[in-house]
Amino acid sequence: MSAPLIQGYEVVIGFETHAQLATRSKIFSRAPVAFGAAPNTQACAVDLALPGTLPVMNREAVACAIRFGLAVGAQIAERSVFARKNYFYPDLPKGYQISQYEIPVVQGGSVGFDLAGQPRTVRLVRAHLEEDAGKSLHEDFHGMSGIDLNRAGTPLLEIVTEPDLRSSAEAVAYAKALHQIVTWIGICDGNMQEGSFRCDANVSVRLPGQPLGTRREIKNLNSFKFMQQAMDYEIRWQIEQLQDGHAIQQATVLFDPDSGQTRAMRSKEDAADYRYFPDPDLPPLCIAPQWIAQIRAELPELPRPMAARFVAQYGLPEYDAATLTQNPAMAAYFERTAAVSGQPKLASNWIMGELARRLNEAQQGVDAAALGPLQLAALLVRIADGTLSHNAAKQVFEALWSVPAAAQTPLPDALPDALPGALAQVDALIAAKGLQGMSDTGALQAIAEQVLAANAKNVAEYRAGKDKAFNALVGQVMKASQGKADPARVNALLKQLLGA
Amino acid sequence: MSLSLQEIDRLARLARLRLTPEQALDAQQRLNGFFSLVEQMQAVDTTGVEPLAHPAAVLQQVALRLRPDVASETNQREANQASAPAVQDGLYLVPRVLE
Amino acid sequence: MNAAATASTLTSTAELHQMGVAGLGAALGARQTSATEVAQHLLARAQAHSGLGAYLALNEEATLAQAAAADARLAAGERGALLGVPLAHKDVLVTRDFPTTAGSKMLQGYRSPFDATVVARLATQGAVTLGKLNCDEFAMGSGNDQSAFGPAHNPWDLARVPGGSSGGSAVAVAARLSPAATGTDTGGSIRQPASFCGITGIKPSYGRCSRYGLVAYASSLDQAGPMARSALDCALLLTAMAGPDLERDSTSLEHPPEDYSRWLGQPWPGASAAQPLQGLRIGLPREFFGHGCDPDVLAAVHAALAECERLGATLLDIDLPRTELAIPAYYIIAPAEASSNLSRYDGVRYGHRAAEYTDLLEMYKRSRSEAFGPEVQRRILLGTYVLSHGYYDAYYLKAQQIRRLIAQDFQSAFGHCDLIAGPVAPSVAWAIGAKTQDPLSAYLADTYTLPASLAGLPGLSLPAGFGAGHMPVGLQLIGNYLSEARLLQVAHQLQLVSDWHTRTPPPFTHCPKSHP
Repeated sequence: MSAPLIQGYEVVIGFETHAQLATRSKIFSRAPVAFGAAPNTQACAVDLALPGTLPVMNREAVACAIRFGLAVGAQIAERSVFARKNYFYPDLPKGYQISQYEIPVVQGGSVGFDLAGQPRTVRLVRAHLEEDAGKSLHEDFHGMSGIDLNRAGTPLLEIVTEPDLRSSAEAVAYAKALHQIVTWIGICDGNMQEGSFRCDANVSVRLPGQPLGTRREIKNLNSFKFMQQAMDYEIRWQIEQLQDGHAIQQATVLFDPDSGQTRAMRSKEDAADYRYFPDPDLPPLCIAPQWIAQIRAELPELPRPMAARFVAQYGLPEYDAATLTQNPAMAAYFERTAAVSGQPKLASNWIMGELARRLNEAQQGVDAAALGPLQLAALLVRIADGTLSHNAAKQVFEALWSVPAAAQTPLPDALPDALPGALAQVDALIAAKGLQGMSDTGALQAIAEQVLAANAKNVAEYRAGKDKAFNALVGQVMKASQGKADPARVNALLKQLLGA
Repeated sequence: MSLSLQEIDRLARLARLRLTPEQALDAQQRLNGFFSLVEQMQAVDTTGVEPLAHPAAVLQQVALRLRPDVASETNQREANQASAPAVQDGLYLVPRVLE
Repeated sequence: MNAAATASTLTSTAELHQMGVAGLGAALGARQTSATEVAQHLLARAQAHSGLGAYLALNEEATLAQAAAADARLAAGERGALLGVPLAHKDVLVTRDFPTTAGSKMLQGYRSPFDATVVARLATQGAVTLGKLNCDEFAMGSGNDQSAFGPAHNPWDLARVPGGSSGGSAVAVAARLSPAATGTDTGGSIRQPASFCGITGIKPSYGRCSRYGLVAYASSLDQAGPMARSALDCALLLTAMAGPDLERDSTSLEHPPEDYSRWLGQPWPGASAAQPLQGLRIGLPREFFGHGCDPDVLAAVHAALAECERLGATLLDIDLPRTELAIPAYYIIAPAEASSNLSRYDGVRYGHRAAEYTDLLEMYKRSRSEAFGPEVQRRILLGTYVLSHGYYDAYYLKAQQIRRLIAQDFQSAFGHCDLIAGPVAPSVAWAIGAKTQDPLSAYLADTYTLPASLAGLPGLSLPAGFGAGHMPVGLQLIGNYLSEARLLQVAHQLQLVSDWHTRTPPPFTHCPKSHP
């Protein structure tokens, strides 16, 4: 599939993402990694590069890298090397960053996603481990900057794509898919405001058939919205430059959300010569096949294959499957509900509808839902068997939601005992509120006949072809049943009685 | 091999050193003098020789040791900042970093 | 063998400085003296001989507190080879109780919040720190003439260098200011000053001693080691210093702790007490015995080797063909690693910051240029160059390949011999100031020590007599990986039948008249 040209130019984008790994301690020291601590209270001697300090590698950071590599179908290097990237900056205590250069821990791989309904694949070049730098605070200290090294040494996984992206929209779709993967497998908390997931976009344009144009790198894109804006601006800017006859100079640029523009940074150091060499303080990282096999065995089902399975296994539409697989907790909630209730489509509707609405309002994840999968399943069973109308079900849902969790009878979690308990709870609520619908067909029919008898005019109008009259009859039956009847059944029943 | 003063200048800048013209000249002379030693090294055929980055590798395969992910370092800010040239509110102060 | 020698009765405190580690350990254990008494005696000597330039930092309060703690342990009945024994640390090992300068203005006044692992291990054994010892700046130098705080002087001839970079350590031991000192060796910095000052010192196999707390110069070469009056003393110290530091140093060897004195006094395997070195094959590299070495040095070395033969050892010629390549290889690898290791000295978090600057770049440049000495700056520039884009393959990578060839040369040689022996340096100590105009000749003088450094092999220097100007000459013994105990065993056998290691420079034999 070819992407649209912009004023005749083809857009070429490569992405670099720095994902902070969700470990407890730093990559090379035992200081804690937690956002928001007071300045320099989480920077130990090693992080501060005090004389005589040395790095010691965090096993969990390596495990995260392996997990990622397996999730994207990459090669895990049996032997990879840490290298020093040398440059001076106040937030870089050693005057070098420990990273990986020639031989990274993860090689190759790809990320799949959908763009405007079409499947796309972006190839990864590599992913490697490295340490994060500290932070500069530019609030006025009388013309000075304040350096906080709490973040220095936080483990990062740098993920690099081939220049396979052909539009800003595609790049954002890729970024979102990558974000989903790293959070799904639990290696990154994905909190972009806190800097857990930072993207750099390498953007260039060219006339079709021409070699790659000179690229400029937009650094530190920390929101999906700004990502697209920034790339769009940069693309237009580059095209304008070329059309005006100017060559593009390689540069690093920053996006200014206020102006909506990208502008070149002051260079930190001249034509950066990082003088990479293997770090003599760290022997090569050797990863045994057994360790990879163990991590592979523990890897959860990934979102895209899971969504495909939801479509195949539960007959759900693709939209539902994609929505339900936005995070593992949501997917698990759905599957449990579907399994217990036997009503996957209903489950999907209620989770994407009522449940999602309430969670979004409260800004909570599905694990904080006041209603568990068992209870929802029980509700769905009662809808499916006709006991509850849709409206009645909403009332039951509201009732279940507002009962504090502590007050609810704890339900055993394992099938097959689970359902009866949940049903009992739901049935109790139904009875207490007098919500049982007209599953009693006799009663409903009686009401329907009464309504027809009392509304002869509407009946006649309906028979004469006025559909509105029919709706009025339905309304009357609903009213007479105090909303307990199921509208669809009332519909069917009236039609039957009217001989239509 | 011979270094120009321009090269010396570039190296000094990379290393954040400021050399007086005399020092630059001195550095140039000494470094160039050293390169005569280096030439004999260049002349040796090292095709297929694996670089020895870690001496222990002669004995056995050296592999990076991995430690458990435990955050055992406590807050030692005061002790760590005892020798700091300029600190305020726990932050290290440096001239404004411009981007 | 009972490594702690039996205590002879002390006749007066005036002799305390004449006792080595083993002797003092025994005297303390026999309660003939106290850690406090010994420490006070040596602190006074340090003050009396401050002109030697051995010490950079003293802290009487801290020293006496450590001594008091050791005395308490002794009083409680605890015994140990190093319990209450004083020693001093080269100023590249960080200490909490004393400032650490690494011989540089860059770290003047710096106080580390933690102790180096080797320092902590010695302290756990009850060793008492007398102070911090002078050294070439950031361990870069071979004459202790590159210290920002003045030169150290060879006690055998005050106008000469003691060697470097562990010059202060060698001086302290040779002048009997301390029975022992820690040193560090990257290209010969323990062995060469030991040779120049007539004491014993050993650089262990790379990875034996933890580098945590050792101010880094060249990471793949640096090793801490003991310097003392005898192989026995060195063995006692090394036993405490060495061992895995898996928590803090990723290059630390996993081999379990050893008693390095376990073979002292025993004959070589298969030998008799009468011919204790029978069966020992000592390889003599042709490259170490060529015309590059002064005849007086060769004479002393040959005499010591003859002694080995008399004890039953066999001498044979071997080849270490790439010996000369060790110089360019070392002077590429070490400065390259150093240029990176010293980037942390930027005036931001510790160390010297210039008093005036207008922006960040100027702050960096001024701070570093004001505080780094000329040799350090030269090596940083050289290191920066060889790692530069476009030069990495031709220099750094090539040097690491040469390094492997040198290591392979040693392995081939060890197929024919058990130890390798030769001079430590091509000459005796030179006059202070003689080589500062031509550092290249100082580099060339490292020929015999560099190869073992590059290969990571253990190397020992023991006094073997005197050369020109009645200056000490050392014999170097190089062993295969992890063979420190064997090196010490052979050195000890030599020291049983010779007395070079007991000689004291006359001005330092006794205490000055005014001294109590």
